[in-house]
Order: sequence, then structure tokens, then C-alpha cells
Amino acid sequence: MAANSADTADAKGGLWAWINKRLPVTEFIREQLTGYYAPKNFNIWYFFGSLALVVLVLQLVTGIFLTMFYKVGETTSFDSVEYIMREVNFGWLIRYLHSTGASAFFIVVYLHMFRAFLYGSYRKPRELLWLFGMAVYLALMAEAFMGYVLPWGNMSFWGAQVIVNLFGTIPGIGPVLVEWIRGDYGIADATLNRFFALHVVAIPLGLLLLVALHLVALRRTGSNNPDGIEIKDKVGPDGKPLDGIPFHPYYTVKDVVGIAVFFILLAIIVFFVPTFGGLFLEAPNFEPANPMSTPEHIAPVWYFTPFYAILRAVPDQRMGALLMFFAVVVFLFVPWLDRSPAKSIRYKGLPSKVALTLFAVSFVVLGYLGLQPAEGLYVVLARIFAVIYFLFFILMPWYSPIGAKPVPERVVYHAH
Amino acid sequence: MADHAVVADDVVDLSRRKFLTRATIATGAVGAAFAAVPFIESWMPSERARAQGEPVQVDLSKLEAGQMITPVWRKQPIYVVRRTPDMVQRIAGHNADLKDPDSKDSTQPAYAKNETRSRTAEILVLVGICTHLGCLPKQRFSAGELYPSWPGGFFCPCHGSRFDLAGRVFTGSPASINLRVPPYSYPNEHTLLVGAEEKGPA
Amino acid sequence: MRTEVRRVAWAAALLLGAVAGGSGWAAAAEEKAAADGADWQHWHVNTDVTDVASVQRGARNFVSYCLGCHSLKYERWSRLGTDLAIPGDLLQKELLPPGDKTSDYILTTMPAADSANWFGKTPPDLTLMARARGKDYLYQLWKTYYVDPTRPTGVNNLRLPAIAMPHVLSELEGLKTAVFKDVTRTEGGQTVHEQVFDHFEQAAPGRLTAAEYDGFVRDTVNFLDYVSEPTQAARRSLGVWVVLFLLLFTWLAWMMKHEYWKDVH
Repeated sequence: MAANSADTADAKGGLWAWINKRLPVTEFIREQLTGYYAPKNFNIWYFFGSLALVVLVLQLVTGIFLTMFYKVGETTSFDSVEYIMREVNFGWLIRYLHSTGASAFFIVVYLHMFRAFLYGSYRKPRELLWLFGMAVYLALMAEAFMGYVLPWGNMSFWGAQVIVNLFGTIPGIGPVLVEWIRGDYGIADATLNRFFALHVVAIPLGLLLLVALHLVALRRTGSNNPDGIEIKDKVGPDGKPLDGIPFHPYYTVKDVVGIAVFFILLAIIVFFVPTFGGLFLEAPNFEPANPMSTPEHIAPVWYFTPFYAILRAVPDQRMGALLMFFAVVVFLFVPWLDRSPAKSIRYKGLPSKVALTLFAVSFVVLGYLGLQPAEGLYVVLARIFAVIYFLFFILMPWYSPIGAKPVPERVVYHAH
Repeated sequence: MADHAVVADDVVDLSRRKFLTRATIATGAVGAAFAAVPFIESWMPSERARAQGEPVQVDLSKLEAGQMITPVWRKQPIYVVRRTPDMVQRIAGHNADLKDPDSKDSTQPAYAKNETRSRTAEILVLVGICTHLGCLPKQRFSAGELYPSWPGGFFCPCHGSRFDLAGRVFTGSPASINLRVPPYSYPNEHTLLVGAEEKGPA
Repeated sequence: MRTEVRRVAWAAALLLGAVAGGSGWAAAAEEKAAADGADWQHWHVNTDVTDVASVQRGARNFVSYCLGCHSLKYERWSRLGTDLAIPGDLLQKELLPPGDKTSDYILTTMPAADSANWFGKTPPDLTLMARARGKDYLYQLWKTYYVDPTRPTGVNNLRLPAIAMPHVLSELEGLKTAVFKDVTRTEGGQTVHEQVFDHFEQAAPGRLTAAEYDGFVRDTVNFLDYVSEPTQAARRSLGVWVVLFLLLFTWLAWMMKHEYWKDVH
């Protein structure tokens, strides 16, 4: 320690040394950035973690600014959003960044989670990393749901009505629980106000804590990689993994490119198609909440629709709610359902590849079906794909070890 | 290590590396500055604030001589006083007791940079906010009201600043600047328009 | 180009293509509307809020025919003036109801209680209607009124059956009758008779020709599109610069990344 501070005092001058005696800045840079070795074979699927962090910051900043102008209350919320859109300087931009950012968050997070399925990033010793990630996902769903209620448009109201009513299916405590959540006999000002407090303060604080834990857990085990082999098993004489490269500058520099491309796509949507065909900002929400008038099709925002499709696939309301809940919870068990000797899909057998493909397809198809009215062929398809969805998990202990191929000793890397 | 992932390259590339890094960082900084603009701009008064800050019409027909009314313009109290001829006379004769008798340091439109600090001698229009720390001065229009040589004017209760019947600050006051005169005009004889001159808003 | 760069470039190109293609396809679809209205459900209207003359006409149309019952409570007169390049005195003279200030919101003079009494429901505020229901909906609404003696207003509407709003534009469009045809279907072993709309016939002429009325409706839809999001033109033009800047930045960042990654083997 003493030797280090003497070095830095010489190298970077008085102020830097003064700070470093009181805060482990140089240590942090060395341990977490220039001295942290990550696998060199990261591919495109490895952008989405840093992108998720970027979107989190985006949502926090735009969210804080929106809170400066938004007025919560059943008579003021809707009008205040239009005030932001029309009368606050650049309010429209801040609003669109926030609404697009919400959808971008889920696109990024779903792709981030898919990477884990591709390469077995949830496998030992990263089970806790996966669980923290799932906690982030759950918090995110709550955050997005409550955020959508805040504009107090007609879809805000009816979406809240439907989802809160689901809690009524819980045996025994259901009806009281619903009244407790609502704070009134129907979705009302009380509900709106508490969702505001949770969305602006409580859940963001929880999210920050969970993301921090997620990152600490990642740091502990080190990152997985597309070949699913542990780079720490092969170290050089200097103690560094042979297949690892310092996070800084290589991955900082690479992530900047990823972030730049992400911003291009974000900008195209924000500036040219902010409603994204009614998927990101739904048309019924441009009408104020009306408890006497239900929109023609009540659908949650697209990122919830796969689960919504599963809910509606079951003819019984209670079973449907239970199955929908289970569809989210089942993710938690994946680290123990996957019994393949190989982590990465590259070295798993054909059954695993088929299963994962079918799962991805069913997730997307269920998402589409969740946006459609629940009638005719749509219901039949929803049932079929819901079954495929669950079989992916339930049969995993059986099919995952089949056909496993030998895993290489060193990672596969192509220069780029 | 021949086997290691990272092999340092020769010096030639380092300058290209430095250039590209600096170019990217510079462009990024420019982008970040532009990105900050909408957020900073959002704090400037919104269209609602600007609309509410539009000129205010004040009806003078009911304002009696020697009286003051206080309409609000841009969230500020505006002191409108119909001065009696006696009050107009009491504006003069104490320049030695004033910090800025010719209104060199204070804010007023060109037509108020005169002895009465107003368009017409009769009507006084001031921003009723003490130039010291922002309290609202109280009217003390009668001669001798505060002390025998008091010519009439305004007294600020917070820290004791005194202003004359043209809003000019007396020596010995914590305030150092004469009371502000806002832009104003008279669309007709009985109407005062605070915040606008002639046609356009201030 | 490396695999990832190629993939990302494809994603961006696809996204841009979808946006461009979508609008192009929409533009193309407009040409084929049938004259007798048989295909009214496929009527699609293209509007261009940067066509200031059209939006101005739409504003005038709105003030003349709609403001009597409908408000635009989120838009200020002064905003209208600035965005549509209408000078203050012209705005005051031609458009503002007497007594309104330019900074006021555009409100209807009809008391809500009265209109609820007369029409059965309060005429809704129209500021966001173009976003809530869509431009095509509005276009179709004003062009599918037909005579129906069974209704209290004497008219009905294909887009919004049993509409409470009378045909305020009938002096311009005239009146149409809707000809229905009898259609029989077999459904679950039973024969079902249905009256299905076939085509319109002009019953009484209006002051405008069909083409003129169509232009009137387009202008008004264009105006409502503008009023539902006054910042949209600025949004798009700013977007061009932002995307261009980001493309430049991405290119530089990529070059920097490529340079550093030469180290990696």
C-alpha cells in the first residue's frame, strides 16, 4: 500500500495521490478494469449487459426529469403528460426517450437472458448471478407495469384493472389483497399515487441494489463465454488466464461501439417512429382513463404479452393466473434443470439445439398471440405454444445431456 | 508469452491509436454536450410560464389620488401609485440623501430614466420587491411619517431600507439600488399595460 | 466486414427499411380508393404536416365547423399562430372567438352540460383524437355518413355506427344514401341473413364537388394530425441530424476498437 501511493504520487501528481490515500481509486481501476481479465471470445451476444446498464442510466435520468414536470393525480396526470409533450422545452424528447427506453430495456434484457441460455451462463458457479439477474427482471416488470399506469390513459387504467384483479385469484386472501393493492374499491387516485411512489423511488432503489449485487456476483466468478469453458483453468506464468484479455481497454472500447450502434437504433425510433406502430405507445392511451369505457382490445405492452397469452390460454381464471406465474418462476430453476456436461450450446447435442430454438420461437409467437383477441385459432395456437414453452423447462433434465460433444481446452477465437 | 491473448504491437501503431482515441473521445464529448442541451433547456420557463407571464392589463379608472394598487405580473407584485401633486413635489429636494439620484445603477426603461422615474408624473409603476433581499416594501406616503424630514415613500420592514416616492433608495439603507421599473405602456387613458411597450410584449 | 458488424448493419438497415417501406407502402395504397365507397374500410389518408397551407385550411375548417362543439384544450391559439405562420392580428381577426386571448387554450363555447343534453353525450375534446383513433379513422368517419331516417339526427355512419354527432359537413358534401345488399350465410347448420353495405349513392348535392370535399376532409385530418403532436415536424428534422452524428461517432468508435483489437490473438 505505502509503496503504491508513493508510486502514484510520482506518476500523477499531488491531487491524485491525495485522493488515493483516502479512496481506493487506482486500486479499483486496476482490479476492475485494467487488471480484470475477461474471455477474449465474446461475440455479439455479450453486448447486452453493458447496454442494459446504459438503458438503466437513460431511464433514471429521463425519469428524474419527467418527475420535475409530471403532476400525479387522477385529474392532473394525463394533462401533465400533454404539458410535457407540448409546453415544456424539449419535453417531448424526454418523454419519448423514456417510453422508448422502457421497451428498449426489455429488448436488451431478453437478448441478455437468451445469451445465458445459449452459453449456459447460469451454470455452476454462476447460479447466484442468474438468480440476481432474475430478481432484476422481476423488479423491472413491476417497474414497467407501474410506470405504464402513470400517464393515466385509458389503457393505463384498464391494464391496471386487469393485472390487479389477477391477484384476486389467490385463494382466501385474494379479494382483500386486491383492495389492499388498490387502496380503493376500484383502480383510483389512491392506486395511481402509490404506484408513482413505488415507480419513482422504491423500485429504482431496489433495482440499483440488485444490479450492484448482480455485478459483484459476476466479478466473483468471472464471465462465462461462448465456448462455456472456464478461462481461469488455463493461466500463464503471470497468473493471468491465457484466454483472457484486460477488460480495459479491449472491452471498454468494444462496448463503446455497441453503445453507439444502440443509440442509432434508439434515435431512429425516438425521432421517427416513437409509437412504433402502437407497440411502444398504445393508441388507447391517448384518451384519458375512463372507468365506464373499456378499450376494444385490452393488451399489456408487448414485453408482457408472452405471459399474457399463457394466462388466456387456460380456460380457468385461477389456473391461468397460476400458470402465468409459474411461467416466470420456472426460469429460477434453470441452473439445476440443465444437466448437460457442456455449458455452451456449441457442444450440446441436437435435442438441446432443437429445444432452445423451439423455446425462442414459442416465446415470440406467444408474444404475438398475446396482442391478438383471444378467440378462434389464436387460442388453439396459444395452447400449443404454451405447452412447448413449458416442455422446454420440464424436459430439460432429460434432453440436455443427450449428444454432448467434447468441449475444447482453449476458446475458439477469430480475429476481428 | 507467445501463448497469451494480448501481444503488444510496435510503436508505429501507437500514434494512430492515440489519434483515434482522442478523435472518438472528442466527438463523444461534443455529442454529450449536445445531448445535455434538451435537459438544461427543459428547465427554462415552459410555454405555460411564458403565457402566464404575458402583459397584464390594469384598470386605472378606480385608482384614487394618493392610493396604491398591487397587480401581479410575472409572479411579481407591481406597485401602481397615483401620486398627488404634493407627492410629485416631494420627489425633489433630497438628492443628497440618495445613493443613486440619477438612476444610473438601477433597472428601468428609457422613458423612466427621469426624476419622476415614470412616463407621466402622476402614475408611478414599480416592481414592489426590495432590491436588498427581496421583501415587499410597505407604503409610507405621508411626509414626516417615519421621521421629521421623511418626504414620503416606501419602507422595507425586513432590514430597514427606505425608498422615496420615485422608488430611489436612501443612504443608510442596506439596499443599494433603486426599485426596478418594469416596462409598461398606456393603451388608453384608463388602462395600464404592465409588461409591454406599444405593441409587443417585454 | 466482420460477422457482428455485418449483423448489426443488417438490423439497422432492416429497421430503416421497415420505416421507409411502411410509409411508402402506405402511400401506394392510397391511390386505389373506389369512387362509390365500397372499399371504405381500406381508405387510407396520407397527411403531410409540413404542408403548412393545407394545415392552415384545416385550421380554418375546424374553427368554422367543429369549434362550436369540440375543444382542443391542449393547444394554445398562440401556438397555432407560431406553427402555422399566422400573424397575431390575422389570428385574432380570422380564427379567435371574440374575447379570447392568443395565449388561451382553444376551448369550445358550448357548455358541456348542454351538449350532453342535446346529443346524448358530451362532444369529446379532439386534441389527441388523431393519435387515439388514427387518421384513417377520422378520414373514414367524415366520408361515410349516410341518410338514415331511423336515427334522431337523420343520419348514420359506417365508421361509427349510431354516431351521436350530426353530419355537420352535409352542406359541403351533400347527403348520401347507403345501399345494402342481402347476404345469406350458413353458420352451424343455420341460414343467416345479413345486410351488408354495398355502395353509396348521392341523394342530394353539396356545395363542394366530391373531389373538393375530399380535399376539405384531408386538410382537416392534416390539421388534427398536426394538433395531436405539434412537435412532430421538429422531431423528424432534429432526428436526421442526430442519426447522422451518431453514424459518424460509430464509425470513429469502430475504427478505434479495430485498432486496439489488433493486439488480440
